[in-house]
Amino acid sequence: MKTDILIAGVGGQGQILASRLIGVAAILEGYSVRTGETIGMAQRGGSVVSHVRIGGDSRAATVPFGRADLMIGFELCETVRNIKRLSENGRLIVNTQRINPVTVSLGMEKYDAAAMEESLRKVTGRLIMIDGYSLAGEAGSVKAVNTVLLGAAVGSGYLPISRESFMEAIRSIIPQRFHNLNSAAFDSGYSLAGRIIAENAELSMR
Amino acid sequence: MIKLLMGNEAIALGAIKAGVRVVCGYPGTPSSEVLETVAKNNDGSIYVEWSVNEKTAMEVAAGAAYSGARAMVTMKQVGLNVASDPLMSLAYIGVKGGLVIVAADDPGPLSSQTEQDTRHFAKFANLPVLDPSTPEEAYEMIQAAFDLSEQVGLPVILRPTTRICHACSSIDVSGSREEHIPSGFEKDPRWVIFPQLSYKRHIEIEKLQTALSLIFSKSPFNRVSGKGALGIAGSGIAWSYALDVIRDLDLDIKTFKVGTPYPFPAKLAESFLDGLSAVLVLEELDPVVEEALLEIAANKGLKIGILGKKTGNTPYAGEFSYEIVHKAISEFSGLQSHDTDEPAIPPLPSRPPVLCAGCPHRASFYAVKKAMKGQKAVFTGDIGCYTLGNAKPLNMVDTCLCMGASISVAQGIKRVEPDTRLFAFIGDSTFFHTGIPGVINAVYNQTDIVIVVLDNGTTAMTGHQPHPGTARTMMGNISEKIDIEALLKSVGVKWVRKINPFDHKAAVSAVKEASEVKGVSAIIFESPCIALAKKPGAFEADPGKCRACGMCVREIGCPAMVLGKDKKVRIEPSACYACGLCVSICPFGAIGGMKHED
Repeated sequence: MKTDILIAGVGGQGQILASRLIGVAAILEGYSVRTGETIGMAQRGGSVVSHVRIGGDSRAATVPFGRADLMIGFELCETVRNIKRLSENGRLIVNTQRINPVTVSLGMEKYDAAAMEESLRKVTGRLIMIDGYSLAGEAGSVKAVNTVLLGAAVGSGYLPISRESFMEAIRSIIPQRFHNLNSAAFDSGYSLAGRIIAENAELSMR
Repeated sequence: MIKLLMGNEAIALGAIKAGVRVVCGYPGTPSSEVLETVAKNNDGSIYVEWSVNEKTAMEVAAGAAYSGARAMVTMKQVGLNVASDPLMSLAYIGVKGGLVIVAADDPGPLSSQTEQDTRHFAKFANLPVLDPSTPEEAYEMIQAAFDLSEQVGLPVILRPTTRICHACSSIDVSGSREEHIPSGFEKDPRWVIFPQLSYKRHIEIEKLQTALSLIFSKSPFNRVSGKGALGIAGSGIAWSYALDVIRDLDLDIKTFKVGTPYPFPAKLAESFLDGLSAVLVLEELDPVVEEALLEIAANKGLKIGILGKKTGNTPYAGEFSYEIVHKAISEFSGLQSHDTDEPAIPPLPSRPPVLCAGCPHRASFYAVKKAMKGQKAVFTGDIGCYTLGNAKPLNMVDTCLCMGASISVAQGIKRVEPDTRLFAFIGDSTFFHTGIPGVINAVYNQTDIVIVVLDNGTTAMTGHQPHPGTARTMMGNISEKIDIEALLKSVGVKWVRKINPFDHKAAVSAVKEASEVKGVSAIIFESPCIALAKKPGAFEADPGKCRACGMCVREIGCPAMVLGKDKKVRIEPSACYACGLCVSICPFGAIGGMKHED
C-alpha cells in the first residue's frame, strides 16, 4: 500500500501530533513512513501543512501537487489553499471549523466560507465534512480536534490503517492523562464518518 | 529498532551513537531539536548546554575537542556568521577529538533572514562539509563526520536543510554506542595561534583539501550510476526530488549524487563527466556543485554543457520542490512538461503568522505605541517572536537586521536624527545573545535611546529553550539567574524600570518617563510567554454592552477576537488567555466576566 496524505490547518490545531500519530500507527503496521512539516516562524496562528507518505519508495517527504491520496483539512480556508495537492477524485476529510485570520477581523480581507465549501465539492466526490470542533468539545476538549479528524479518516475507510494501531500510537506518544480524551475524540470521529459513509452508500443504492 | 525520527532527532541519536561527549549550541530554526534530543536521551555521560550565543558555543566545543572529546555544536546558518570568528581560526588550529558543526540551512527562507549557503562557508573556511539528502542519510553522515574529523584533524560541517531537519523517516537506530574516552588536554604550542604558525598551517590546510577530495571520491555519500550522454548531478534534498522525478519519468540517465560538496570529489566527478554531452545540476541556494563541475570541465578541456543556475535552468532563490525539479529534468531530457489542471478556487484571505492571543509582547508594543502617539519616534526591532509586532494593526517594528542589532541600529539612527525618539525592542534571550555590547556602546558614547527588553522568560520563537535569565540548564540543574535589571544598572544604565506590560496605565506612563531621560534608559517588560503558563481561562464580551465600535480588534488585532455579522466582538474561549489587554481598551466595559478553565 502507498498512501500520500496531506494535513492542512492553522498553527496550534495539533497537525504535527496528528502526522506523528499516523506515522507511528503506520510503522506499527509494518510500513515505511516519511513526514514533512513547515514549523518555525509562528508558533501559532499561521498556515501549517504536514505531509505524510506511507509505503512507496519516494525519497522526498513533500507530497507533490495532485498526488495526495488523502487530505485531512483541519480548517476550511487552509483546506482550499492546499487542495491542489489532492489527487484527482482523492479522498478528503474537512473540518468545517472556520478560523478567521486577523486580516479578516481587521476588515482587510474577506472569508467566503460558502464559496470555499462549494469549491471543495467540485474537486472530489469522496468528501466528508464534519464539525470537528463540536465533536472534540463533546469528547472533552476542543483541543482534541486533531484526533477527531484522524478518527474520521479511519472510520470512513479513507485512511487504511486500523483503529487499534491508532489506539496504540495514542498510548505510545501522548501523555497518559490525555489518553481517555484522545481515544474518545478519535472514536467520535470514527463513528460519525462510518455513519456518513454508510448513509451515502444507502443513498446511492436507492 | 525502527523509529519514526525527525532529521534533527536522527542527527542527535547518530551523534550519541558516535560517542559524543560535549554538545553545545544556540537555538535557531531549523536546527534547535538536535541539541534538545541529545539532552532528552542523555544518560548523564554527555555534557549538554545551550550557550549564550553561537560564538561561545563554538569555543566551548573547540575546548572540548582540544581535550580529545568528541564534540558537537549546533546552530542555524546565520548562527554560523556569529561563530565565524572562532570557526575560521579553528581550521588553522585543528582539533584532536572529533568536532562536528551542525549548521542548518533554510532555503525559502521559511524562518530566517538570509538564504546563505553553508557549503560556501565551508569552502571559505577550508573545512569539509556533508550535505544529507534524507533524514536517514543525516543519521549516517553525522557518525561518519566524527570519524572524518579525527582522521584529518579538522572540524567537519554537517549542513542539513529545513526539509531534512524537519522531515521524519522510519529509521533503524539499532547498534550500541561507541566509547571514546577523552585523552585530556595536553599543553602544546599547536593550540596557540600566531602568525608564523598560521602560515605553516595554511600550507598544511591546502594539502589537506587535496587529500580530502580523494577521500571523498571514495565516500559512500557520493555515487555515480547509470549511463548515457546526459547526466544529472544533485545534492541535498534536490537530489531526493531528482530521484523521485527520474523514477516517475522512467528515465534511464547517468547520475551523480554529491553528498560532500566541499572539498569536491573531483576524481569521481571526472568519471561522471566522462562521455557526457550535457549535465543538469540540481542543488538549492548557491551553485556550489555547478561551479565545481565547471572548474573540472574547464581544467580537463571538456566540451560539456553544464546547466544549472548560471544558465537559468534552475532558480537561485527559494527552496526547490518536486515540481521545479520535474520541470528542469523534463526540459533537460527533451520531454514535454505538461502543466496539470489546477482546481478553481475562490479568493482566500492570507494568513500571516501573528503574535499569539495573550502574548505579552502585544501589550508591550501597545503601551509604547500609546505613549508615543503623536511623537516622532522610530522603533528598532530584533529577532524573535516580537518581530511579528511589525504586522498590522500594531506596526511597531521599523527595522530588523540580525540578532542584537536593535540596540545598535537605534544609536545610528539617533546620530542622524537627534530630534527623533529611539526605542530598541529586544527579547530576553536575544539580549543575552548579542544585545549587551550594544548597551555598553550606548552608555559609553552617551546616546539617548530607550531600550525595551521584552522579557518573557524563555527563547520562545524556537520552541522555548532556557537561557541565562531562566536559571535552568540543559543538564537539569538550576544555576544562578542572571538579572537583566542588575546587569543594565551595572553597565551604567541609570534609569531602569521593570513593569508588567498588562498593567497598561503604569506601562504607558513609564514609557513616557523613559523617553524624557537623557542618555540610555531601559524598560523591562516582564511577563511570561503564555505557551509556558497554564491557560487561566477566558474573557467574554457582553453583547448587551458591546456597541460594535470594533476598537478592540482595530487597536490590538488579537487572534482570539472575531467580529460577527452585527460587528459585535466575540471572544473564542479556546484561544483567549485572559490577558485582559482588551478589557483595558474597551471604552464601554463590555469585556470581562473571566471564565476559569476547568
